[in-house]
Amino acid sequence: ALCVVSGTAFVYHDYCVIGAGPAGLQAAYFLQQAGRDYVVFERSHAPGSFFALYPRHRKLISINKQYTGKSNSEFNLRHDWNSLLSHDRRLLFRHYSRDFFPHADTMVRYLEDFASLLELRVQYNTAIIHVTLERNEQAWNGHYFVLTDQDRKNYKCSSLLVATGTWVPNVVNFPGSEYVEGYETVSINPEDFAGQTVLILGRGNSAFETAENILGVTNFIHMVSRSRVRLSWATHYVGDLRAINNGLLDTYQLKSLDGLLEGDLEDLAIVKDKKGKLHITLRFYLENRNMSAGIDSITLPQDELDNFATRAPYDRVIRCLGWKFDFSIYNRSLRMMPGKENIKKYPQIKPSYESRGTRGLFVLGTASHSVDFRKSAGGFIHGFRYTTRAVHRLLENRHHGVPWPSTVYPITQLTNSIIKRVNEASGLYQMFSVLADIILLRENATAFEYLEEYPVGVLEELEMQTGRKAPNGLFVIIMEYGRNFSGADKDVFYYNRAVGEAQHAWQSNFLHPVIYYYKRLPTEREMKLRPPEWPLPRPDAIHHIVEDFLTDWTAPNAHILPLRRFLENCLNTDLRSFFAESCFLFAFTRQKLPPFCQQGYVRMQGLLGSEGLRRHAVQAGLLQDFALTDFSGDRPPDSHGRSRDQLLRDQVIPVRPLQHLVNAKDE
Amino acid sequence: MSAQGDSRLSSFVFLLFCASSIPRPGMAGLRHEPSPQHYFSGLEAGRASLAFFTPHVSPAAQPFLEQIESSAEALQDYGISVVKVNCPKEDVSRYCGKENALRKAYLFRGNILIREFPTDALFDVNSIVANVLFALLFNEVKYVETLTDLQNIENVLKGKSNMVFAYVPATGTAEHRAVMEAAFVYGTIHQFVLTTEAALLKATGSDDPDGSSAWLLFCHCQRATDPAQPCRRTALAQPLTLLNIHRHLKLMGAPLVIEVAEDPEKVSTVHLQLGLPLVFILTQRETYEADRRTAEFVAWQLLGKAGVALLSRDLVDLNVLHRSNIALKTPDEGMPIQYLVLEDTDEVVTLVEDKSKVKQIQEDEEKEEEEEDEDEKENNNQDIQDDQVVEAVSRDKKRELPLEQVLVLTEETFHSSLSEADRTVVLFYASWEAVSLAVLRSYSEVADHLKGTPGVLLSRVNCWDWPGICTQENVTQFPTIKIYGKGEKSVTYDGMWGTEELTSFIILSRVSCPLKLATMDEAEGYLRGEFPPELSSHHHTSLLGVFSTATSEAREAFEEAGNILSGHVMMGMYFEDDGLALSRKYSVSPPALLLARSGGQSVEGIALPKQSVQDVVQMIRYELMDIFPEITVQNLPQYLQLTKPFLILFSDGDISQMESKEMLKLAKRRPPQAFVACWLNL
Repeated sequence: ALCVVSGTAFVYHDYCVIGAGPAGLQAAYFLQQAGRDYVVFERSHAPGSFFALYPRHRKLISINKQYTGKSNSEFNLRHDWNSLLSHDRRLLFRHYSRDFFPHADTMVRYLEDFASLLELRVQYNTAIIHVTLERNEQAWNGHYFVLTDQDRKNYKCSSLLVATGTWVPNVVNFPGSEYVEGYETVSINPEDFAGQTVLILGRGNSAFETAENILGVTNFIHMVSRSRVRLSWATHYVGDLRAINNGLLDTYQLKSLDGLLEGDLEDLAIVKDKKGKLHITLRFYLENRNMSAGIDSITLPQDELDNFATRAPYDRVIRCLGWKFDFSIYNRSLRMMPGKENIKKYPQIKPSYESRGTRGLFVLGTASHSVDFRKSAGGFIHGFRYTTRAVHRLLENRHHGVPWPSTVYPITQLTNSIIKRVNEASGLYQMFSVLADIILLRENATAFEYLEEYPVGVLEELEMQTGRKAPNGLFVIIMEYGRNFSGADKDVFYYNRAVGEAQHAWQSNFLHPVIYYYKRLPTEREMKLRPPEWPLPRPDAIHHIVEDFLTDWTAPNAHILPLRRFLENCLNTDLRSFFAESCFLFAFTRQKLPPFCQQGYVRMQGLLGSEGLRRHAVQAGLLQDFALTDFSGDRPPDSHGRSRDQLLRDQVIPVRPLQHLVNAKDE
Repeated sequence: MSAQGDSRLSSFVFLLFCASSIPRPGMAGLRHEPSPQHYFSGLEAGRASLAFFTPHVSPAAQPFLEQIESSAEALQDYGISVVKVNCPKEDVSRYCGKENALRKAYLFRGNILIREFPTDALFDVNSIVANVLFALLFNEVKYVETLTDLQNIENVLKGKSNMVFAYVPATGTAEHRAVMEAAFVYGTIHQFVLTTEAALLKATGSDDPDGSSAWLLFCHCQRATDPAQPCRRTALAQPLTLLNIHRHLKLMGAPLVIEVAEDPEKVSTVHLQLGLPLVFILTQRETYEADRRTAEFVAWQLLGKAGVALLSRDLVDLNVLHRSNIALKTPDEGMPIQYLVLEDTDEVVTLVEDKSKVKQIQEDEEKEEEEEDEDEKENNNQDIQDDQVVEAVSRDKKRELPLEQVLVLTEETFHSSLSEADRTVVLFYASWEAVSLAVLRSYSEVADHLKGTPGVLLSRVNCWDWPGICTQENVTQFPTIKIYGKGEKSVTYDGMWGTEELTSFIILSRVSCPLKLATMDEAEGYLRGEFPPELSSHHHTSLLGVFSTATSEAREAFEEAGNILSGHVMMGMYFEDDGLALSRKYSVSPPALLLARSGGQSVEGIALPKQSVQDVVQMIRYELMDIFPEITVQNLPQYLQLTKPFLILFSDGDISQMESKEMLKLAKRRPPQAFVACWLNL
């Protein structure tokens, strides 16, 4: 829609998305499916321009698993880190590449197809260079977003979705930093490094990827960065150094000249000698010297400490320090502020992905990673495809009165619906501790409502954000690693690292489902005061499903039975299933029937069961055998029957309280 | 003991226990009085007695008599005598004369009648003691019905005395008795308040949702200083027994925090005597004020669970770490005091509560062991499967199911398969879910029964493999069976999960419902069960709607009902011009319903009034039920849905013809809506 207001022409859309990368396209897909008025701005001529250049050595480190032994499409997404979400089965990445670690060009081709096959409305060659606000009482959020492109054309939108990723290279300024080559432009031809000594600044995947490429031809490579190397298999964070890139660790530890050093880059200085060799010194020495003197007057660390580690001169220094968000295009009134400390490369956002500074501005994709930085997968395609969907659902509720999608089930399906989700859901699995399924209980616990993949950081706002009501308590289903298991310095291969018995489930180390029970929705205060590193405040009851080697949580005795007992204790009800015969007996002997009988048998949907099964149940002592024993009168059934009654009444077993978790270290 | 009614004010309950164990000559049990005159003349002023009047022979009141005799001893502890007064035949006085007076018991203080009790309120010892004491303590124990009443009492008591608030689900229970007995002893020290209103239970902070268990609160009103604030409350965590209440009140009466200046090993307090731990908070002069505050705070939290004492390091030479700030003394003999370093008050509370929890569990276990060894075993083994379906399926899992007749559908083959057969039955299940697997076993039997039936294809979709189809087909429950007909909307099976029921449903749903019959021959054949030929071998009841061309409204309702009942009932309809001939033959006037039970040997005609679809469905369901059915596992729910009382003839084996005839008579005589007459084979 083209409008002219007071001389300035602009195009209006309800939603503007900046950036046609994976997150921008993913957002566009959901907006398109919902029939919303939106447009995506992309400064390049094609989608995914970041992947056209990066990673420089062209190998994606996101896995593309062809086979899992399962046909469950939702489950298989757990091991497909590249596909975006869509209904179109052609748009699965495994149809694009057979490589476990695919080529980056494949990603570009995939994104092009995604945009074109789904006919997403992307306006290419449009670089948004300025974003400002225009106050307006009528606007959804009290203001419109006014976007200006490189041709000074204006666009006006009610809601702004920023999916620009992090693309501005991190640069460290120190004396001599002009001699440093950037990852963006450094040669990727190993021959250019033959016989050279190379210093790499940085210790992330790009640094190691660069090292890996030239490892075989250099004299040696040194890597320097402030913090110690963080291995993703030790931290369980996909953004840390991946095993596929860590060849240099091998050669360092096997004394093959390459090496790693820790030090603050800000203290560094580089001086170039007459032969063009680069020497490492400290900024401290430079500040004290006579400015007019030449290179020879500069003190090098080895002058004072003759075994200084990096005393050998380098031929090249390469900077591989990663990227940060482009803050430059936002007017100050939008208050797009960088985060604190290690998340300063990302803008400040709430756990609902809305900017802390401006209502109606949502940050999607890699740039939204501050929510779960160094924890979950929110900075990567296999994570943000789900958080983008969550944001879309929040917006649908906020602006269009479409409540969060949910399904209502009878209470008999409670255990089933949890087991189903923890076994197949990919969003819970990838975005562990960030997205959670929510079960809202109906009155008297006869039915419940199931909401999928809600951002758990804004649990207190659930009713407002989803349009669903939670007056009767709720369960939160989330996945977690063991609290003290992962970490850069942790030994994650120690003996007995995995537990097998249900009673030790709370000590599980690997990713496993955890169910929190709240009698009422936690308040804002409770959310704020929860201990750091806890995804949720202290619940009324908690249950861990024991970790499983196959991530298959369907074992009747180890997984389902303890879960069912937990749910029964929380709800004070009996969630067992019964054959019609038992329900028949209950109908005469009890005032209150278990829900399975109430919602099944009494509604003429009882489980008669085959004769063989009933025989098994009788043998197990769980079913009365009417065919053989001839018990008479209204005498209560014999000891089996009584002990079952006993069980029914005494369902309350002590739930392992959360404090055990906290006190674990003392025990 | 005779003066106890007056001296009870100062007596303690343990005194009572002693007293009750001392044999009292001439006082044991029930007293007999030969006549009312004799009885009334012997009454002492101020002494309570419970009397009942009985003619010489009165067999009907026998159970009541037994109960009252056994309560006599218990009541004597409270100085109340129980007297059986014989009514001479000629006596027509107030207590003996009237028939209904004999069904009552009377409570006198001196010769003043305080209350009369119908005997059915005195059903056991508990109820007798509870009701009698309740009547005697009318002034001491306030009965409240609303929260406002309670608050008023509370406000009056503030700064004066404490209040004991008790909720019992009903009067005359063991809990009620325990409360009344406690009130008898403590009634002058604390104000007792009683209620049976579940609403009050909730308002006072109990989390028992259905109000089925009794609950007792001690309200510390004496210490309450702020008139705007409610009194602090401490709930009794144990079941309401006299001993527990006594223990609770003792604990509430003990000082909140005691100060100790001697060797803690030697200290003994009421808590330790009652088997509760004692927590010492170690203090020194410099921090005394803060420690005192902490101790009080902790003491409030632990009230009723443990005692709290301040132990001064300055006065007692302790040979423990300087960092230690807490000591725990357990009531167990010979257990040394534990010295600990705790971070905050929560930890102190946790320390004690966990200990007592462990102990509680142990106690429970011991109790159960005494009661029944088997029970104990099952209760302890939380990892033993107690779900009969899950257990049965897992015991059966090694047997390979004969599923050759059942086609496995996938995301790729689902839609193409549906168009192959006239009718495709699909079982949606999850391979890990027990109920699904139980149904799958029945399903394989259905497949066996239906082998070779043309036009029916049985298939299954495992939702664990193909969640996409299940979502798309709106399968929200496991298992779900849907029947897809070519070009029709799918029908979801909503009957019993049994082989026979499912087989019958599939067979019946092969024919459209209602089936339009074109000729008289067809209609006659239909009533005989010979038409349509697909169903001729299937034993069933046929329903035929007969309509004239004018009754289109009734016809539509009938058709709609047919859609709902499809698969459960065989329904046909006839609305040709010669419908009149049919209606004349069975002497009904259209619109009407003809009901041919199995094989058309008898055809009933029923008028079909103009009704809504739901009414027609209801009516058809009702007509299909037997008048005097045998209740079975399969058919009970149908009769339950009538929401009527049941009149059941229990029979060991088949019922005889005579019984059946008599019952039939009974069932028919009453208006049919009144109750369901049925019989049950034991």
